[in-house]
Amino acid sequence: MKHGHAADKVKVLSVTGLEKRIRGKAIVQDVSFDITPGEIFGFLGPNGAGKTTTIRMLVGLIKPTSGSVKIGGFDVQRDFERALSQVGCIVENPEAYPYLSGWDNLQYAARMLQGVDESRIREVVALVKLEERIHDKVKTYSLGVRQRLGIAQALLGKPKLLILDEPTNGLDPKGIKELRQFISSLAEQGMSVFISSHLLSEVQQLCDRVAILYRGRMLAIGSVEELLGGNGKERVVWQLDRPEEAKKLLGETGGVELLDRDGAGSLEEIAAGRSNILVARMNAEHIPETVKRLVDAGISVHAVHTAPPALEELFLQMTEGE
Amino acid sequence: MSILTRLVQNEMLKLWNKKRFFVILFILIALIPIFSYAELKIAQNNAAKFADWRQEVLQQITDLQNTLSSDRIPEEWKRNKRIAVQQLQYYLDHDINPSVPNGVTFTRTFLDNSASLFLPLLILSLGSDIVSGERTQGTMKSLLARPVRRWKLLTSKLIALLLYVSLTIMATVILCYSISGLFFGYEGWQMPVVTGFKLSGAEIDTSGAHSVPQWLFITMQAGLVWYSSLCVALLAFMVSVLVRSTAASIVTMMSVIVAGTILSNMSSSWSGVKYLFSVNLKLTDYLQGSSPPIDGMTFPFSLILLAVWGLAALAISFGTFTKQDILH
Repeated sequence: MKHGHAADKVKVLSVTGLEKRIRGKAIVQDVSFDITPGEIFGFLGPNGAGKTTTIRMLVGLIKPTSGSVKIGGFDVQRDFERALSQVGCIVENPEAYPYLSGWDNLQYAARMLQGVDESRIREVVALVKLEERIHDKVKTYSLGVRQRLGIAQALLGKPKLLILDEPTNGLDPKGIKELRQFISSLAEQGMSVFISSHLLSEVQQLCDRVAILYRGRMLAIGSVEELLGGNGKERVVWQLDRPEEAKKLLGETGGVELLDRDGAGSLEEIAAGRSNILVARMNAEHIPETVKRLVDAGISVHAVHTAPPALEELFLQMTEGE
Repeated sequence: MSILTRLVQNEMLKLWNKKRFFVILFILIALIPIFSYAELKIAQNNAAKFADWRQEVLQQITDLQNTLSSDRIPEEWKRNKRIAVQQLQYYLDHDINPSVPNGVTFTRTFLDNSASLFLPLLILSLGSDIVSGERTQGTMKSLLARPVRRWKLLTSKLIALLLYVSLTIMATVILCYSISGLFFGYEGWQMPVVTGFKLSGAEIDTSGAHSVPQWLFITMQAGLVWYSSLCVALLAFMVSVLVRSTAASIVTMMSVIVAGTILSNMSSSWSGVKYLFSVNLKLTDYLQGSSPPIDGMTFPFSLILLAVWGLAALAISFGTFTKQDILH
């Protein structure tokens, strides 16, 4: 890890050797990563892996046992106010004061920052499309609306880094899609975004890089392609009639590995409830001959397409046997 | 505007919108007429029985002396009653009516009786959730993950709480006067009240006794009530920092305060109790010159003891809050 000031300058967030022990038990251990401007960084791991503890250390809610967090070059422990003025965050649920209106909540948040005026509040309200509900009391808001208010609050101070903890929790598919688009557009404008999630498929299309956390340790870090590539095999989705026979036949073919549909299928496929779909991990070059074999066996193939492998698989592989 | 001013503004906004203060006003507006009416009934009864207030005071003295001659009354109570007799005698000697019913006298009596239990409870309703409420609500995380140091946040909460405590006492005095005035009239500011009795053992020293106008007496009283309320507020503040849930916070403080009331009524022989803050809340008693509940309690003792409790609470609050990990 470089510690020079010049190196820190290009990093929006720099985490080095972060560790938290509570009563001697290590909750988070040896976590290090950097985030560059405009990058969307995914922080993945199952529930209880230590994601939330890490996020709380990033924003100073928890004091690390050792290691450091620098935001925009400022150490969170030593230079709290300057470090935190560059972050907007939602830790866990987007909580606001239920007895105040959304607007009052934003004004409230603005008073805790420097130089946020009313026009900036109007700007973020428009950004998250909350104009219609902003003067209602927060207790009347649905989770989706509260989420948008939370994001508006996080964006008030024009942060360089946005930290979202499980932002897709409790959102419907439409909301998730909108959120993804919104996050992408923020990153295009140069903001860095840190997203944690336990659902790997939620963030894999979105993130430039991901880190995988398991039992408090980082298992891997890199771009989604880097983490998934390697054996040259791809995920191939077969749509055919008589899937039982096809399953048998594919299973006998060398170099083809049938995958459990649970967690491997896309949301759309599962939603459609199509049972005549098989997912296999295989070399894409072998598709034509496999099609021929299936057709020869009297099974009609309706569609074949390769799908990007899901992080779930990778994740399961990495944590296998633990 | 400085950041601290803006933070205090935020805390005031939250307290205001939680509507606790309105509940306090409502309780006062509901209770004061009831007490006023009861006072009015007593005054009317006495007026019917006695042609002159001197007769009434004489009757009171006789009653007290009768109970003093009884063997079944414990010695501490007797001492209290002996003091009361001497005070009444002083009023009689100096031709001052100790209980003219009017709005100001009612306010004085109300303040006197609410200092140890009623006002502390009102203050608990304001202060108990000032920090723990943020935890219960889950807003603590978004409050602390902002570019504001924790001690500044806590200071703003403290200032807002103390402002509301002051407001509560002001509201109590104003509502007492304006509501009871409807029953008894609004006079009585200049009425003399005797203060400065000194207790030496079982005897009362009347050499320092003198009368002050009631407005001055009530101002001193309000000041003392404010002082003891401040101490309660600081302790409630500390419990609110230490305890995670608001309910636990209220129950903890309430039991300590109620325990103080009970202890000061029964344990005059166990003098260690005097170091408990809630036994010392009735500072106004020293002004009246009634005997303290426990041996060894004096006015300076109570003042200093409350200050020590308050400052310790403050130190613990800040020490804990600025270091604590927010895990939930």
